[in-house]
Parts: sequence; C-alpha cells; structure tokens
Amino acid sequence: MNYADRLENVAVLGAAGKMGSGIVLLTALEMADLGLDPENKGRTFVLNAVDVSSAALSGLTKYLRSQVLKAAEKKVNALRKAYESREDLVENEDVICQYVDDVLALVRPTTSLEAAAEATLVFEAVNENPDLKVKLLSKIEAGNPKKPWYLTNTSSIPIQELDQKVGLGGRVVGFHFYNPPAVQKLVEVIRAGTTASDLAEFAVQYAKRLRKTVVPSRDVAGFIGNGHFMRDALHGIGEAERLSSEHGFVDAVYMVNKVTQEFLIRPMGIFQLVDYVGLDVCQFILKVMNDRLPNTVLHSPLLDRLIAAGVKGGQYADGSQKDGFLKYEKGRPTGVLDPESGAYVPAGEAAARSDPKLGPPPASAKPWKAVVGAPDRPALLEAYFRDLRAAKTMGAELAVHYGRVSKAIGLGLVQDGVAASEEDVNTVLLTGFYHAYGPVNPYFD
Amino acid sequence: MTKLRRRVFMTAGYNTVSLGTGRKEFNPKKPRPGLEEYIKEAGQGTLKQVGGGKNVDEGVIANFMAARFNKQGNLAAFIPSVDEALRWKPCVRVEGACGSGGLGLMTGVKSVLAETAEVVLAVGVEVQNTVKAIYGADILAGAGWFRGERKKGHAYFFPAAFSDRAGAYFGRYGRERTRKAFARWYRNAVENARLCETAQEFHNACPDLEALALAEPNPKSFVDHLNVYDCSKVSDGAAAIAIVSEEGLERAGIPKAGAVEVVGWGQVEADLTAPPADPTRLETSARAVEKALAMAGITAAELGTVECHDCFTISGVLSVEAIGLAKPGEGPDYILSGATARTGALPFNTNGGLIGWGHPTGGTGVRQAVTVWEQLTGRAGKWQVETSSQRPYGLSVNMGGNDKTVVALVYRRAE
Repeated sequence: MNYADRLENVAVLGAAGKMGSGIVLLTALEMADLGLDPENKGRTFVLNAVDVSSAALSGLTKYLRSQVLKAAEKKVNALRKAYESREDLVENEDVICQYVDDVLALVRPTTSLEAAAEATLVFEAVNENPDLKVKLLSKIEAGNPKKPWYLTNTSSIPIQELDQKVGLGGRVVGFHFYNPPAVQKLVEVIRAGTTASDLAEFAVQYAKRLRKTVVPSRDVAGFIGNGHFMRDALHGIGEAERLSSEHGFVDAVYMVNKVTQEFLIRPMGIFQLVDYVGLDVCQFILKVMNDRLPNTVLHSPLLDRLIAAGVKGGQYADGSQKDGFLKYEKGRPTGVLDPESGAYVPAGEAAARSDPKLGPPPASAKPWKAVVGAPDRPALLEAYFRDLRAAKTMGAELAVHYGRVSKAIGLGLVQDGVAASEEDVNTVLLTGFYHAYGPVNPYFD
Repeated sequence: MTKLRRRVFMTAGYNTVSLGTGRKEFNPKKPRPGLEEYIKEAGQGTLKQVGGGKNVDEGVIANFMAARFNKQGNLAAFIPSVDEALRWKPCVRVEGACGSGGLGLMTGVKSVLAETAEVVLAVGVEVQNTVKAIYGADILAGAGWFRGERKKGHAYFFPAAFSDRAGAYFGRYGRERTRKAFARWYRNAVENARLCETAQEFHNACPDLEALALAEPNPKSFVDHLNVYDCSKVSDGAAAIAIVSEEGLERAGIPKAGAVEVVGWGQVEADLTAPPADPTRLETSARAVEKALAMAGITAAELGTVECHDCFTISGVLSVEAIGLAKPGEGPDYILSGATARTGALPFNTNGGLIGWGHPTGGTGVRQAVTVWEQLTGRAGKWQVETSSQRPYGLSVNMGGNDKTVVALVYRRAE
C-alpha cells in the first residue's frame, strides 16, 4: 500500500474538536491534492469526520468551508494548473469554488463510529483520557478488517501503552500537532519501540507534505512539549503560591503572569497559557505523566481545587477564551480569580498594587511580537537579558530565576533521553509554543 | 499644428485621493466611499471651478468594470447626482478598460468640436477594493480577450502578460540593467508621490526604494519576471476635468492662463484577438503618440512633461521607447541617466504615475489630464517641476489592456 492508497479512506476521531477540526482540514486538503494528481485519476478519497456532537459537526463544516477557501485563494496558481483540463473552470473564482467543493465533498461528517470500518488510516484526536482512547481504538479494531494504521494526537500518553492495551501489534504512532494545527508549524512524532517502521516513515512523509516541522520525541509520557510545559506551569503555580503568603493570591498570580510574559518576552503569561490549554486538560496530562513517571511528582492540588469549583479555562465553540485563573474580554486578560470568593478582581487593581513592587522591565524590553518579527533577534535578546540580569528589581529577579528553572527542565529532558538534543527541545518551544527563544540558552547563566 | 474648426481647452481639474494599501486611512475591514461618493467629490471639485452644473452642457463618465467591482451599470445616470443642474442633460458612459479615461476625454473633445457643447464635464472613476486581489485579477482580466486568453492565462492575468513582455525584453536586451531601470522607475514614482497629498504612495517612507524594488521575482507566489513593486496597486479613486471651447472658458469665467489647450491627439485601437507582434514594443501606443505629435506639429524634443501609462515598470520602459525618446533596447539607459526624474530633462509622471499616484483603472486617463493641466498651469504645488520655454508641451498616454486601446494627447498652456 503506497502513500496515496493509505490516504484513500481515512477516519478522524474527535473531528469537531479543537485539534480534530484542524487535523480534518489539513488531511482533507492533502487528500484533495492527491485526488487532483493525474496519477490518481478516478479514485475516490473519503475522510470520515467522526465526533460525538452533531452540533459541533455542523460547526466543523462551516470552519472547513472558510479555511479551505483561504487555502484555495493562496494556492490558486497551482489550482489553475491542476484543473487545466476542465474547460468550464476559467476564472480564479471558478477554480477556487470547485476546489472548495471538492475538498468538502470528501469529508463525511458523522456521529457514528462505524464509519471507520473501512478506514485504512485512523487519526485519533479525542480527549486526553487513556481509557477513552483505548476504548475507541478497540472498538474500531474489532469492526475494521483492514488492519488500519493509527495516528494518535495524544500529547502525553505513551504510544507503546496504547499499542499494548488495544493490541495493535505496532500499527500506531504518535503524531502530536500543536494548537491550532492549521497554524502551528510543529509536529512531534513519537515512535514506540513496537511501531512498524513503514508506519513511522509514513508519519514523517505525511508531516512533511503538510509542511510541518518534525521533531522526534522518545516515547515517554508527556513527550518533549508537555514534558517542558507541565513542569514550567507547575513551577509557575508554585511561585504564585510562594508569593501569595506575602502579597495575596490574586496579586501573586498577576505578578507571575506578568513576569512570565513581559519580563521573559513570551507570547502569553504562564497562567494565560494554562487557561488557553484548559485547566482540566492540564490536569489530565499531569495525571497521565504522574502515574507513569517514577521518582517525580507532577501534581497540583490547587488545580484540582479550582477544577472542582468549576474553573476550567479552555475555549468556547466560537474560539473565544473561557475564564480560568484570569478573566477575559475580547481575548485579553482583564481580571484575576480570587479563589476564596470565586469572583474576578479587576486586573487594574492588582496592577496598581503589584507593578510598583515588581519594578519596570529594563528599558531595552520589547514586546514579544516585536522581538519575533525583528531581523536581529539574537542580538536584541542578548542585550535585553544582559540588562535583565543586571536589574535588581523583584520582577527581574523572579524572571531570571524562572528562566533558569525553564532551562533546567529543558536540559532534564535531554538528560532523560526524551529529547535527542537541546536543539530539539528549543525547536519544540519555538515552533509549538511560539517562544522567541528556546529554553536551553545562555541568557540566565 | 493641424487647424481645428475651433480651439479645445481643458481646465478645472480635480483628483480625489487614490485609496488603497499604502494610504494610512485605508482599512480593508472598514466601510469606504463607493462609486457615488467618488463621482460626486470629483465632479463637484470641477463644477466649483466652472461656476456650477448650470454652465455644463454634457457629461461623460469613464469607467472600466463597475458592473463587476460594484454590481453597478448605467453609470451615466450618476452624473446628474453631482449637481441638480445637470439633470436632463445628455450624458454618456465610455469603456475601454484602463484606457476608459482617455476615451472619455476624446468623447468630450469631439462634443466640443461638433459644437454640441461648450462645456463638457468628464469624470473617470473606479472603485476596486470591493474584492480581494485574487478576484480583482479575474475582473481586470476582462481587459484581455476572455474566450481566447483567459483559460490558459495566469491567475494574475495582467501582471503575467506584462511579465511575459519583461521576460522577452530581458531575453533580447539583458536582464540586469533592465531590472535596475525598473527599480529606478519605482523610486522616481514613489519620490514624486511623496510630494502629492492625493497620491496612494504619499505616506511611503521606505528609506531605500531601489533596493526594495530589486527583490527577486517569485514565480511560485506571483509571476516570473516582475515583483509587486513593479506593479501599480489596487486603487479606488476618481478624477474630473472640464473640456471646453473658448466660449466655454468665457462662460465659466476662467482666463486662458488657467487652462491647457489640446493641440494634438492620437486615438488608436488594436485587435483584441491578436497577440502583440513584438512583445518588446508597445506598437499601439507608439502609433498613438506619433499621430498626436504629428497633429501638434512637434517632436518629442519639445515635450516638457509626460504622463505615461506605467501600469507596470516594464510599461514605463516600453513607453519611453514608444514615445521615441530612446531606441529599442535603450529605454533603460534613458531612465538610468536620470532623464525621466523630476529634475531630469523630461520629467515623467510628476505626481507618481500609476505606480506612485495610483491606478483607479477607468479613471486613470482623466487623472493624467488633470496632472498635466496642474503642471502646465503652475498649480502643482510641491510637485511642480521647472519647464523651459523651449519645451512648452505636455503629453499624456493612456493605455487600455495589453496595448489595445490607446489615447495620446498633446497639450500646451493656453494663450
């Protein structure tokens, strides 16, 4: 079975979710392009988009239509060539509309898992819950005579564990997109010891055709991405708890979030990132890692308490941010949670109390967006962090300490063999988390 | 000069802003003025100078593709919306792709000569930012031969047509020097536009324009031989001018010194279904200019300023040759010598041309006439250039499609 054969009948599980919808989009575009290749003339490509929620599936179709349209507009040159033999398609608009129709025609939204019975490739992107994943894959295995290959978008569960529990005999590989899959460049490919080598090769080929940056990770719970992020987040939560005895919880969360964003020049503060991912998702991932990694405690009682109180973060169906540690208006944090009352304190109040204590960032500070866009980024960072190290403010000291811990986490991943190199760790943070610099750097030494 | 049955003048010109990317006030996500507002602004700008609509006998409106960009036909009936006094007067809409404006001017000139009008209001307008560029390319491709060319044409049909001309020119005369001339052309265009508040590139602050313009073309995302700096932009805008007889000037109370006299023209049409015989020449433009100069009884050496149709930098190079200022293959040397710059021997496109001022397609021909009028009557303000008494003439060349519909006009300050 060659690459195109393998993609002739695909099922995506959790197709209408945050990750699933992006995976459906990218895979459907790839399948449509294969369908337009003269070599594949006459073949029918089918993508079964399986999700439990019928309402979410209609949202998926709308999302696909708008995104495929954008993709088609971008590659109209190639599409004009692909549809060269179609005399009826003359203008760009004709070609673009036909392509949108062709892509949408191969996607079959369904709530029925049986749709995966003919699939030769199954992409799993359901909740980060090991039992659910095992249950669904087992059901498909029982009803599908084609011995399909499985790609799992798990961000933390060891692939070998899924392989053994479902009994796949090596027909599974980790293929971890970052959120949102259509935008983020990174894919972590995780090959279990048992993964079939032709499947591993397929995964890399598929990622490259999607123009993704591939970083291999060893099959250790959390992989590189969450291996770093979860420890980084736990450190942030720990710092806030430590500071809260003197400054109160609200101000402590405000301070750590501000230091991790503005002083460390990251795209989001650590609490905003936890909210973005979802407190509940973080809890799931931490549990998966904690249960599987010996000699380490990856657990936050604070997270458990907040989730029990209904504070979850994550996004609404329209993509807007739900409240978590922070409150959001139009995507921007405007308040900080007071866990005692359950109310959000206006961010301005926390700022008025905390900013004078933190002190200003060094004068050479620039916002993250300006730094990632600057042609002389390394020199800029070098100069800024030199100033940061020299500054004697509370904010600067917190930031330098945070940077050192972040580096130690990165080095730990290399030491434990989760990442093959420091460069791989840095690539994951640069391309999966949009950081302006990798955690393994000399800036905080 | 060929003796006409009566003298024809142009006066009271007005240009709106050329709105599109590059202008600070342009925001593709916010509502913008439409055809109605542009026609009204430009039309009233001219009427104010001629004493109102009551002094106008006829109206002409030039536009290329409002039927697709704006879903609007019957444009002649917008003219009475400019001024109540224009109601019940004869009006006509003309179309010749990007040469529409030139056709509009000629229509007015002929009305004056036919003695059906003493004062004609000519308005040119296009509002193109209503669609994304990729769909705008479909609409503009209507200036080519749809049934014969569109299917095998490029997504960006016209940039590709002129990229092919550039490729042929590179092949025959050399690439490097020609691309340097393209970059100089871009720099001159933007530097001139920076002096004119209505120009689309008025806010352009790039410190090294030639270096920018030398970016290698990217055939994968655009076309083979041109980059985006080689192209005029997508523009919304309008221009208006009054075309008048001597009686018309008197009626409007405008002294001759406030007008230019039209002393020659060439209006030439090529076959839309026939490809250019030689892609390195603008043959139709050359014929139009030859006729216009002959009618005026002058040579190109007597021109003091030129408005040429630089929809692309390659069209600028080919225009220099079509006007007869350089031999085939020597246009780049002429441009690189500085001759076309505002301080050169023959300043071209003194407020930016299509690349610098902007290119609201159907309005461009009228805008060129306004620019020449402003320049020759000393109304150009910061972008005024010195003209010697040895070279009192202005020339405008307006081209529709791939050198298919061309109008060249020769003017001089009226006496």
